[in-house]
Amino acid sequence: MRFVDEFRDAGKARMLSTRIAGLCEPGRRYKFMEVCGGHTHTIYKHGLEDYLPETVSLVHGPGCPVCVIPMGRLDDAIAIAEQPDVIMTTFGDMMRVPGGRGSFYDANAAGADIRMVYSPLDSLKIARANPDKRVVFMAIGFETTAPSTAMTVLRAAAEGLENFSVFCNHVTIIPAIKAILDSPDLRLDGFIGPGHVSAVIGCRPYEFISREHRKPLVCAGFEPLDILQSVHMLMTQLAEGRAEVENQYARVVPYNGNPKALKVIGETMRLRPHFEWRGLGFIAQSALQLNERYERFDAEKIFAVPGVRVADPKACQCGEVLKGVLKPWECKVFGTACTPETPIGTCMVSSEGACAAYYNFGRFTRDRVKEATRA
Amino acid sequence: MTQHLGMPRQASWAEDAVREAEAEGPHIGAEHRSREQQVLDRIDRARARRPRVKEPRITLAHGAGGKATHNLIDAIFLEAFRNPELEQMSDAASLQVGQARLAFTTDSYVVSPLFFPGGDIGDLAVNGTVNDLAMSGARPLVISAGFILEEGFPTEDLRRIVASMAAAATAAGVQIVTGDTKVVQRGKGDGCYINTAGIGVRERPIELNAANARPGDAILVSGPIGDHGITVMLARGELDISADIVSDTAPLHDLAATLLDAVDGVRMMRDATRGGVATILNEVAVASQAAVVLDEAAVPVRPEVMGASELLGIDPLYVACEGRFVAIVDGAQATPALEALRSHPLGAGSAIIGRVVEDPPGLVLLKTTFGGTRIVDMLVGDPLPRIC
Repeated sequence: MRFVDEFRDAGKARMLSTRIAGLCEPGRRYKFMEVCGGHTHTIYKHGLEDYLPETVSLVHGPGCPVCVIPMGRLDDAIAIAEQPDVIMTTFGDMMRVPGGRGSFYDANAAGADIRMVYSPLDSLKIARANPDKRVVFMAIGFETTAPSTAMTVLRAAAEGLENFSVFCNHVTIIPAIKAILDSPDLRLDGFIGPGHVSAVIGCRPYEFISREHRKPLVCAGFEPLDILQSVHMLMTQLAEGRAEVENQYARVVPYNGNPKALKVIGETMRLRPHFEWRGLGFIAQSALQLNERYERFDAEKIFAVPGVRVADPKACQCGEVLKGVLKPWECKVFGTACTPETPIGTCMVSSEGACAAYYNFGRFTRDRVKEATRA
Repeated sequence: MTQHLGMPRQASWAEDAVREAEAEGPHIGAEHRSREQQVLDRIDRARARRPRVKEPRITLAHGAGGKATHNLIDAIFLEAFRNPELEQMSDAASLQVGQARLAFTTDSYVVSPLFFPGGDIGDLAVNGTVNDLAMSGARPLVISAGFILEEGFPTEDLRRIVASMAAAATAAGVQIVTGDTKVVQRGKGDGCYINTAGIGVRERPIELNAANARPGDAILVSGPIGDHGITVMLARGELDISADIVSDTAPLHDLAATLLDAVDGVRMMRDATRGGVATILNEVAVASQAAVVLDEAAVPVRPEVMGASELLGIDPLYVACEGRFVAIVDGAQATPALEALRSHPLGAGSAIIGRVVEDPPGLVLLKTTFGGTRIVDMLVGDPLPRIC
């Protein structure tokens, strides 16, 4: 396929793999966190770990937007969807995520009308076509998707579309990275920075990581060679004793971010004082809600939302997996009580979730597979 | 502002699931294996558990052709109807009536939209049933047609659908010999649903079965995959993407006969409908307790299908075809089998896409174009729109 094949070239991958191996100091183990769930998905989908030396391991971070939504917020969403004349819209990934009382699919089977959309703007189409219904978009995602939600709100305001609102669950990446860096049980050598988020916020917000924590970060693209090259850049920094923010994904990420996208977020949203993250608990100033100017589009203002916290099952170790402290298979319920068809934790649902990626793509040990795939 | 205060509530369903899994207990011999391997073994045991349907209501996932569908069939239908023939779970039942060996099958069609580039629900309904018969090695003879129509459905559309059914039946050499019509109130159906059943005669002394696959076998596919599924998804007009592709809907009886005439080492054939090539190969891996190794670079996928799949975040290996099949053939006969398929107009794009190996049993592995390895599991993802 044009524009994609060049980023999936096995010959170039072998070359990078050799260079990465050449940078390994004998006896030293390296641990890098890919913050973004999109990277986790790419790593597993293309079998990228086959190219890394055994001493270099990738740890999956908290950047899967579906995974960080706590159960209570899902129950809130379902409570809104159960109100009379409500059509709720959301991204497909959300449909199977379990809340305290089941998933959106279960809610639909019981009579709610929750629909999958590919873009928040599709919600406006539905709102226009159903003037007697109240259309609520359940917005999720990091800074990547927040601008499109913001644009949708601005469009609705411009059109005077009064039967549309947003149940806003947008979160911000920097507080989550801070929480990881402050967590005592994890020792990382560096970060593979989230490409899509950075296309909006730029690379500058990560500079505290190199300045205060002396760790390198490389903003990476989503093709397998992007990630391999980013690992190589991280290893080079370590070998040269540097800890800097570098941009591997310059074809998409401007170092200073996208001012237009940041402007629409600023126009329509403000930081919440605190927000609950699944597995990570409450993090101050880590999420967005619509600001006063647009609160007539805020579903939390329009509908009575129960706002009850739901505890994760004690055996569910999503938090440890999200922080990268545990590998997915080290979780007590992985693959037995918690599987992609009956997920307990969100990490098992989204294709970007670390557990789902490992279960679906990587559920084998390397030595057996090497034997099986030998030509 | 929403406040999440006070003692959190418990999610009781999740606590139940955990207790149930814990009841399975540790496994003997665990100390000899790596911790990761122990976990993987535990998962294998969990997967081997008898399927149950826990959901209190049917969800769209039950119709998606993935694990939820399999659970529904196993736990509800097979449980109630159990008999040796049904337990084969093949595309068509094989029946002995006097001297005659027959194949019998049924399928329902709910595709939306009813008309799409390259076909409509009518030829789909005929070809689908013809193909189910052909995949069991039978020669299709007769089919039935049941219609569920919605009040208000345009008569002209029905005429078009029926005309393409007639044309498809003629092309496949079958007759539509019996039928049924029901009309439901407006809003209680989606225009037109069709059920077809078919009978074929099994003239060859062979038993095709996924369990026949053994290490050394070759895996072939009869043409580029995913055309039908992507065409229908784009034809729904919800995605604002267009591409120059048409459905691959076609009768496969002649192509299948060409293959069976050419080589005698065919273990099984299966048309890659709902769930795609990946689902079939998972069934093969489980039924034969062998591993399937696919070579991603060898799997034929049109650039348009690949491009649309990338955009939609789906894997063409799971996308439905309505005119392609997967064949497992004795490795020694892979080349003549491929030549036979390619000699037929419907099999011109055939390819050898992988092979069967011994270990790890029950798994489908993919060597990626990029040079890595991953699993190709049964589809669990979100149900795709109605495509057949």
